[in-house]
Amino acid sequence: MFAWIRFGTAGVFLVLGLFFETLAVFGVNRFRRTLNRMHGAAIGDTLGILFVILGLIVMRGFSMDSLKLFLVVAFFWIASPVSGHMISRLEAMTDKNMGELTVIHKEAGFQGQEGETK
Amino acid sequence: MSRRRDDYEQSWWKGFKEWVDGAVDPLASGIEIQIPEKEQRDKEMVHPGDFGQTQQSLYDGRGLWYFRRFYQVMSVFLCLSIIFVLLWTVSYLPAFGNAGNPDNNEVSARYIEQGLKETGAVNIVTGMILDYRAFDTFGESCVLFIASCCVLVLLRIDAEDKDAMAKGKSKKRMAEANDRIFEPKNDIILQKCACVLVPLILVFGIYIVLNGHLSPGGGFSGGAVLGSGLILYLNAFGFKKTERFFTEKVYRRVTLSALTFYCLAKSYSFFTGANHLESGIPLGTPGAILSSGLILPLNICVGMVVACTMYAFYTLFRKGGM
Repeated sequence: MFAWIRFGTAGVFLVLGLFFETLAVFGVNRFRRTLNRMHGAAIGDTLGILFVILGLIVMRGFSMDSLKLFLVVAFFWIASPVSGHMISRLEAMTDKNMGELTVIHKEAGFQGQEGETK
Repeated sequence: MSRRRDDYEQSWWKGFKEWVDGAVDPLASGIEIQIPEKEQRDKEMVHPGDFGQTQQSLYDGRGLWYFRRFYQVMSVFLCLSIIFVLLWTVSYLPAFGNAGNPDNNEVSARYIEQGLKETGAVNIVTGMILDYRAFDTFGESCVLFIASCCVLVLLRIDAEDKDAMAKGKSKKRMAEANDRIFEPKNDIILQKCACVLVPLILVFGIYIVLNGHLSPGGGFSGGAVLGSGLILYLNAFGFKKTERFFTEKVYRRVTLSALTFYCLAKSYSFFTGANHLESGIPLGTPGAILSSGLILPLNICVGMVVACTMYAFYTLFRKGGM
């Protein structure tokens, strides 16, 4: 019984992690602006990695391997937001059209929604 | 300095030296250059307007559409045929883990049975690549060294240009330097993060290098970790801090001494091994950190070469010098 509960929890975590990774893939490939795409990539690097490895830790139980996996998560949570910060800083410094608002055309039927400029 | 020869001005050596320095143009007297008349030039030149017209006529017909369709179909067809050929080949491969497979011969049996006794390395892979096949690994480290030398030759900014850049004379270099203005410098978040991460990364890299004969890892992977730690430090704190301990001179000395030591040590051990002499290198107890003879120092050599090469590549691509 306990083994099944553990397996189920690990499975839920793994599926959740895969879901976030899928979101990240779509975000990186479908968004148009750099900062939006970075947001997508950061989801995969933090939440996706966290849940996948959490699932593995639950599956493995309390052992040395789990400690190492936990260290992997800790490393990613320290390093990935900082790298995202550096890229966004570069983007903010170099993109001239950064401050422009997105233009929403009435006739295109995007009223009241957020749209993306081309 | 020695005295120059009297006929130095006419000597072959001076011509060669000038050619190396780029002072003479070897094609200057060899090629006849004829500039055509102005009318002729106007006739032969393609004007921008013409190009647009040609393009327009090309896009008008359905030829391009057919071409694109054909291209798509053919690319899919090519992919499918390559997949088919590869899968067909795979089906002829022997079954995995079969005792009669050709890779299951006396060589691997020897490695597995005698590897621990002969090399003293618990990690059989390290025992293979740094003892039985150490010459191959030596070639790999030399390839890394040669690659970084080639990048150095291609990308290095020479001293003359550097002076000119300092005075703001060389326009091309100034343009390149302006390209780097937007690089985020002295970012406080990155610096704090690097303060935490860099020591951990470096210690981890050293651990991998030193435990190459006991656990998975070794010179190549540990050196890569060390090199990336150095690169992170450089990114956080800038070239001023790293130049205090890592200059081109340090790079040259470390790489050269590591490769030379590797070459000499392994030549000695191969010589004694081939002639059935006692090498006098103790193997130690397997599993201890100071064991397995030459493997540990060789791992350190390879690790240093790899770390230096990674760091050198990065600095060369970023600013053309170390």
